[in-house]
Order: sequence, then structure tokens, then C-alpha cells
Amino acid sequence: MANFFKKLFPPKRSAARDVPTVPRNAANLPSEATTAPLNEEQLEEMAQAFNRVEPPQLVVGVGRDQGRQRDNNEDAIFAQTATVSTSKATLPMGIFIVADGMGGHENGHLASDLAVRSMSTYLTQRLHHPLFGIDPEPPQDSLQEIMRQGVRLAHEAITQGAPGGGTTLTAVLVMNTQMTVAHVGDTRAYAIYMDGRVQTLTRDHSLVKRLEELGQITAEEAAVHPQKSMLYRALGQGEPVEADVFTASMPEPGYLLICSDGLWGVVPEDELFHIIASAPNPHTACQNLIEAANNHGGPDNITAILVRLVD
Amino acid sequence: MALTDPITRKLGADEPSGPGNQLRAGDTLMDRYQIQEIIGSGGMGTVYRARDTHFQAIRLVAIKEMISNIADPLVRKNINGIYERESNILATLRHQSIPRIYDYHTHNDRAYLVMEYVNGRDLDDILAETTTFFPEEQILNWAVELCDVLQYLHEHKPEPIIFRDMKPSNIMINQQNHIVLVDFGIAKVFESGTKNTMVGTQGYSPPDQYRGEATPAVDLYALGASLHHLLTLRDPRLEAPFSFAERPIKDINPNVSPEMIAVVEKALQYSPDDRFKTAAEMKQALLGVAQRTGTLIHSGFISQTSGSSAPSRGVKSLWVFECEDEIRGTPLFNGGTLYVGCYDHNLYALDAANGEFKWKYATDGGIPGRPAFYEGNIYIGSEDQRLHVISARSGSVVWTYFSDGPIRSSPRIAEGHAFVGSDDGYLHAVNVATGRASWKVETGAAIRSTAWVSQEYAYFGNEAGELLCANFRGEVKWRFKAKRAITSSPIIGPEAVYVGSQDGTLYAIDPNSGWVLWRFRLGKATISSPTLSDNLLFIGAADNVLYCVDSRTAKEVWRFTAEHQISGSPIVYKDFVYCGSVDGHLYCLEMRTGRQKWAFATEGPITGSPAANEDIIYIGSTDKKVYALLA
Ligand SMILES: Nc1ncnc2c1ncn2[C@@H]1O[C@H](COP(=O)(O)OP(=O)(O)OP(=O)(O)O)[C@@H](O)[C@H]1O
Ligand SMILES: [Mg+2]
Repeated sequence: MANFFKKLFPPKRSAARDVPTVPRNAANLPSEATTAPLNEEQLEEMAQAFNRVEPPQLVVGVGRDQGRQRDNNEDAIFAQTATVSTSKATLPMGIFIVADGMGGHENGHLASDLAVRSMSTYLTQRLHHPLFGIDPEPPQDSLQEIMRQGVRLAHEAITQGAPGGGTTLTAVLVMNTQMTVAHVGDTRAYAIYMDGRVQTLTRDHSLVKRLEELGQITAEEAAVHPQKSMLYRALGQGEPVEADVFTASMPEPGYLLICSDGLWGVVPEDELFHIIASAPNPHTACQNLIEAANNHGGPDNITAILVRLVD
Repeated sequence: MALTDPITRKLGADEPSGPGNQLRAGDTLMDRYQIQEIIGSGGMGTVYRARDTHFQAIRLVAIKEMISNIADPLVRKNINGIYERESNILATLRHQSIPRIYDYHTHNDRAYLVMEYVNGRDLDDILAETTTFFPEEQILNWAVELCDVLQYLHEHKPEPIIFRDMKPSNIMINQQNHIVLVDFGIAKVFESGTKNTMVGTQGYSPPDQYRGEATPAVDLYALGASLHHLLTLRDPRLEAPFSFAERPIKDINPNVSPEMIAVVEKALQYSPDDRFKTAAEMKQALLGVAQRTGTLIHSGFISQTSGSSAPSRGVKSLWVFECEDEIRGTPLFNGGTLYVGCYDHNLYALDAANGEFKWKYATDGGIPGRPAFYEGNIYIGSEDQRLHVISARSGSVVWTYFSDGPIRSSPRIAEGHAFVGSDDGYLHAVNVATGRASWKVETGAAIRSTAWVSQEYAYFGNEAGELLCANFRGEVKWRFKAKRAITSSPIIGPEAVYVGSQDGTLYAIDPNSGWVLWRFRLGKATISSPTLSDNLLFIGAADNVLYCVDSRTAKEVWRFTAEHQISGSPIVYKDFVYCGSVDGHLYCLEMRTGRQKWAFATEGPITGSPAANEDIIYIGSTDKKVYALLA
């Protein structure tokens, strides 16, 4: 079984999605937006950025770009934040969704659009009264159940409204310092800590990731694998669709990053960190992330949501 | 190809027939087939039952409608061509397990396949309904028939036919309990387009199919996967691909014969070379199973992992100390001394090294809780309604505090206060310097759950089923209401407060808002308190089960079944879980797998929790004894 990978996928010389290979170390980065390591001034700036803020709130940046090699954009985004701060309660909350449609035909972008819309509609509907109502009561269902149901509805919306289309969906509900994540496909959520740790929260439902988990191929092989975008689970495709749903803590101090494979598959993790850590604010960081992906060839649609909890 | 719309509606004929539109009862298709109802729908479209109006007698047909997702008319035309060619091949097949093909038709983005109607149910439906395992004999019979029809298809001349999508929803069981294969690979031809995303049906397809291979070995793997699903009732679509080896059949369904397991496992090998070479070979192996297990009925019953039959290394106690009444509480180890409360009203201090008696302190009631240690003193509640504070060294009283009801919860010390709940319905915050209450929170129901105190808040349950969060001024920040009493004591992890309830649920609750993050259903009520280690939660319940649940995903990781209820709370010590049961045993289980390392039998039910220190586990039992065991 040792050579399972080689048997399964004989090495290919050229693949349509080949990304220009970039040595994966910080010193060689082509983008001028990054420096490594961070200088004193930058560290100071970062420390400043994390000074106490009242009330605690979420600061968000988003970026969405077609990339350089695609002639349409099948990614979709939803980002919403709210802050409630009254004598009774103080609560920063947010809903963040990225969907990466696929299929290469019309229903690809329809699917991601439908997924993002039906998920956000459902979440707002279920959470509006409990959060912002005059006489709020916690929802009957658990947050994980609500997220799961939202994914189910998004799936149904696609099978009905965009048959044949498929999409990934990564949705994060932030309440205070806590996140409830629902995930199908290979769009990723990362927890990025200011000490340089970049932690992948989600697990790609891709064949290549699975082979990597099974120890059949290495992470390096996976990164350049010709079939790395082949999914074994996607919304609108197959029945039943089971989302991974889990609870995690908001990285503090740090960032939540949700991004499509057009970013994470192209820009190495340490570069992601440096771009984010050196940008003055999340929206600039997102624009720089997109620029970096394009500098690496921009082979796919690029989408990112970057969230920081300041408190 | 017909240019006219093949669908004629009796009513509303002017409705658009865009994608997603289904036919309705009463619609007539191709001037001949009268739609009766939808009998299935899947990735490709819809399957209808219809009546063939060309026959006087009622003849039913199944019509599969496939909607293409390909927009380009040229490509579509091409595909329609392939589709028609494939239909022609299918129409020539003759096998009792294959429905006859009567007719086909393509029109714009749609294709129709008219075939014999199978009066029965598909295995996916049957699986969805079953709550008990199928008899092996039943599955064996189906498996043999499936191999038979695969053999027929694979040996087809001039070209072998590969089914490509063997899975329960494509296998129907007819009235005579015979299998019929529906949904041939033909659908895939129609579908094949630009997508490089989904291939085969995730969960059932082998690795080689993801490479685009269509060989007999692909069908045999998927058959193995379907048999695995049938034998274990674990849906592979909900698991990672190629993970059957992580779910050994014998661990899930102990009734399956080793012979049967061997056949299924061979079919599920990663490498096609390691599987059966042909369907005929697999059929022979299955017939061999039937022969070896005798008349297809398997008798050797192997019981599930449980206290009675699992391996148990003989654990000897290092020492035993006997009191005068039952021990229902939990011992505390501190500075070489073991403190334990007893129903003979005494709190005992024992030398932890050898079990020698040091002192005892008499209260006026039974002691169900766990002592706490703070600055040289031991704190313990008693059913005599008091919180007692005793010098750890001498065993003499320092002060006592009166509540208005028996104290059955354990005290928790933080911020210079002892927090303790009482049957009087109050959580008392008692200043340790003065012995007086700084504040009390009234909850309206007895509090037997021990408060968890962290970052300026106390979390605790009551017998009315509430979990409360109170700040250090005694104000309730939020209340969460379960359906039954919360006797279990909450614990706080990085993401949530976890607590069990007598409503049979383990809850994860947002410490800030009191909202439920997730619920996990236990088989029965629980009064056991959860414990958390490395994202794994452990809790016992009245259904005799100790559960291990992932704290972030709420998924069960493993379960261990004892012979009686588990009302005590588990502890984790060095990668092992220790837990007592009313069956009288203290169990030691591997934390990650639930595998039993040893079980130690006491002479009475265990309702308290163990304590651990320096590789020694201490446990009290209702047999009146305290035991010290080597971890
Ligand atoms: N000939 C038939 N007679 C009765 N019921 C049928 C027949 N063919 C199919 N069905 C029912 O319809 C369901 C769906 O049919 P089928 O598997 O052919 O389509 P599908 O699942 O949409 O296709 P795919 O698996 O390619 O997505 C089956 O699971 C079965 O319950
Ligand atoms: Mg089917």
C-alpha cells in the first residue's frame, strides 16, 4: 500500500490548474507587501491594535476577485456584523459565509449564490429575535442544529434552483469569543494567531486531503496535485449532505480567515500570516491577499473574509 | 430526436418547463404514459410510476427522467447520442435482477427511460427504517444475487458492462425478496460534462474509480461497501472515503460471522489487485460462507464489549479501609492524606500511603459530597444542613455554616469564598474568613449540583432543571432550562459549559449567553458529571453507558457499556478514564478508544467518583470500604 498514491495517480506532466511553483519559504516571497520577520515598529503597531476597546466588536474585511485565469467568478460572500451593547448585555456577533461554486457551467455561480443567500437568510431569521428582539429568548434549537439546518436548506435550494450545480460552503457564526462553524467542501476557515500560528479549523472534503490524511501522499504532494480540487462532498451534489459542524474559540489575539482555494491553494501559509499581520486593517489585508494570489498566477477565483475581535 | 414537446398536460399546458419542473400526476408523456406519482428522485432527476395507456390491462412502468446540466447544444446533442446508444444496449439485457427497458426518448435538456416497474422498495429506504441489524442469512442471500447479476453484466459481450454505481438506493427488493438493480451507469453518460468534482457516489466508490477507472473491481468494491453498510448500519456517505478499515464490522455488529467479514473485507481492499478477480469468484466465496456457517444461520453469539466479558487484568488493592456505613461520595487527596465522607456521618482522614486511620470528624448527617481543601482546612457539606470547616491537620472544627436544607453538593472555593448549593434552594457564597454568607442566590429548587466557579461567575444546576450563571454579586446573569433536573455538576472548557441532565441530554452551553451550542442524546437520564480532556467529554448515564463525546462536534467517539447504571462521574488520569458503576466495578478504560484495561470489583454499587494521585486510584463504595488501587 506504500505506493498507493503513485498507483492511484500516475504523475502528470501538465495539468490545467498548475500553479507556478513557488518555494515555500518567507525569504523568497515575490510580493513586496510582505516582510519577514516583522520589525519592531510593526510589532508595536500590532500591540497597539490590540489595546482594550469598549464595547468588544468585530472588525471585518472582505475581498473577492476573479483571478487571472478565469473569465467568471463563481465565489460568493456574505459578511454581517452587529454589536449589541446595553445595560443588559454586550455582545459582538457576526455571520460570515464563503461559498465556492463549481461545475464550470452556469449553475456553478448560481449554486454559490443560492447557498450564501439561503444560509444567511435562515441564520438571520433564527437569530434576529433572540439577539435583537425586545423580549429576547434563546432559540429552541442549539446553535449547531441551526447551522446544520441552514446547510440543509442551502442544499435544497441548489437542488431545486440550480440542479446539477455544486458549491462549497463555509459558514461561521461568531458570538462573543465563540464560533460555530459549518463546513462542506474545501473552502477553509483558519484561526490566525498573532504569534504566527496558522491553524486550519476546517477539514477539506477533497479526495487529495483524504489521501493525505491516510498517509498516502504528503502535504507537499497534495499542494501540487493535479486533482486537488476534486471534492467528495459538496452542496447540491449527492444525498445526503452532512456538514461538519463544530464549536471553536475565536483566536485572541488574532484573526478568523475564511477563504476559497483560490487563496489558500496559491499563497503559502507563512505568506498569508505576514500579509495579515503587516496590514493596518482587515480590509487592506484582504486586498493584499488577493494581490498576492494574483501575483502567484491567480489561477482561480479568490475570496477572503478576515475578522478580528477587538476587545 | 423529437422536436415537439413530449409532455402534454391536461391542465396548465402553458406552464414553462424549465429545469426543476417535475411532471405531475395525470400528465401524459410521449402520448402514451400517464404519470401516477413520483417514486424516487436523485442527482439526475426524477423517477415516476406511470401507466402505459397502450394496454387495456393495467400495465405499470417506471419512467426515469434525466435533466442535463449541459448548456451547449452541440455537446448536448453528442451526449444524447451516447445516451441512445447505451439505452439500446440496456434494452437487450435479460436477467431476472434487471428491469426490462421498454422505451427511451430525448428532448432538449431531458431524457426519458421507460422501464419495467419494480414493485418493492430500495435498500436505502429499508436501511433508513431499520433499527435492528439484518440477519446475516438475509444479507448473504442478497449478496449472492448481487454477485450473480454483476457476473452477468461483467461477462456481457462484446463489451463488459460496468454498473459503476452500486449502492443501497440502486438496489431494490421486490415482493419475492429478490434483488433488482436499478439506475445503470447510463445516467452517468448523460451527466458527464465539464465537472471534475464528484465522481461515483461518495462513500461507496473505491479509490480507483476516482481515477476514472471503470472495471469489474470497481463494482465489487462498491458491493463490499454496500454490504458493510447493511451489516453495520453505518452509512459510509457520512464517513470519510475509504475508511471502512476504521469501522471493523465485528466491533459494530458482533453477530456477523468471521467468514462473512473476510469476504466483505476482501472486496473492500484499497488495491483492485487485492480484491476478488471476478464477481463469480466473490459469489463462490459467499456460497462458501453459507456452507461453513451451516444452513445460512449463524449461531455463535459473541457478546458486545461490556463489563462482563471484556478482558480484565487482575487488579489488587494496595490497601482497604472499612467505615461503618456506605460511602457514596468522592475522596479527596491532599498532601499525603485521603479525606472521604461516609454515611456513618463521619469525615475520615486516612494516610494515603497505607490506609491508616488518622482522624475522623463527626457531623450529624450523611456525607454525599467531595471535600475541598483550602489553606489548611477541609470543607465538606453534610445532610445535617451544615457546611463544616475542619483543620486538615488535627480534624478539629474551625467553623460551621448553617443552610436551611441538607447539603448534597460539594463546596467549591474561589475568591475567598466557599460556594455551596443546598437543598434549601440557595447557592451560598460563604466568606472563608468570617464563616458568614456574603450573598445567596435563590433558585427555587434544591441544588445538588456542584458549582463551577470561573472568571467571576458561578455555574450550577438545580432540581428544577435549570442551569444558572451568577456573578460574584449574587445576580443571576442567565438561566438555561432543561426538561428535567440538573443534578450533574457543570464543567467549563475553552468553548462551553458542559452539563448533563435527567432529561437524558448532555448540553454544551455558551458561558456568555446561556444559549445551547449543541445537545447530545444519552440513552437515559444522567446525574453523572462530565469530565473534559483533550476535546473529549466523558459522562455516564442510567442506560449503563459511559459516553465519550467530541466536545467541539458533539459526535460520539466511543461508548462503553457496564452492567448497571453509571451515576458517578468519570475522571481522566494519564490517558485513562476511571469510572465506577452501580454494578460494583471500577473500570479503567483507554481514554481514546474506550478499551478496557481493567475492572475492579467492589462488593456494592459505586456512586461516587475516584481520586487519583501518583499512579494510585482511590475509590469508595457502598460496601463501606475505601480502596487504593494501582492505576
Ligand atoms: N424500475 C423501477 N421500479 C420502481 N422503482 C424504481 C425503478 N427505478 C428506480 N426506482 C426508484 O427510484 C429511485 C431513484 O432511481 P435511480 O437510482 O434510477 O435514479 P437516481 O438516484 O436519480 O440516479 P443517480 O443514482 O444516478 O443519481 C430508486 O432508488 C428507486 O427507489
Ligand atoms: Mg440512484
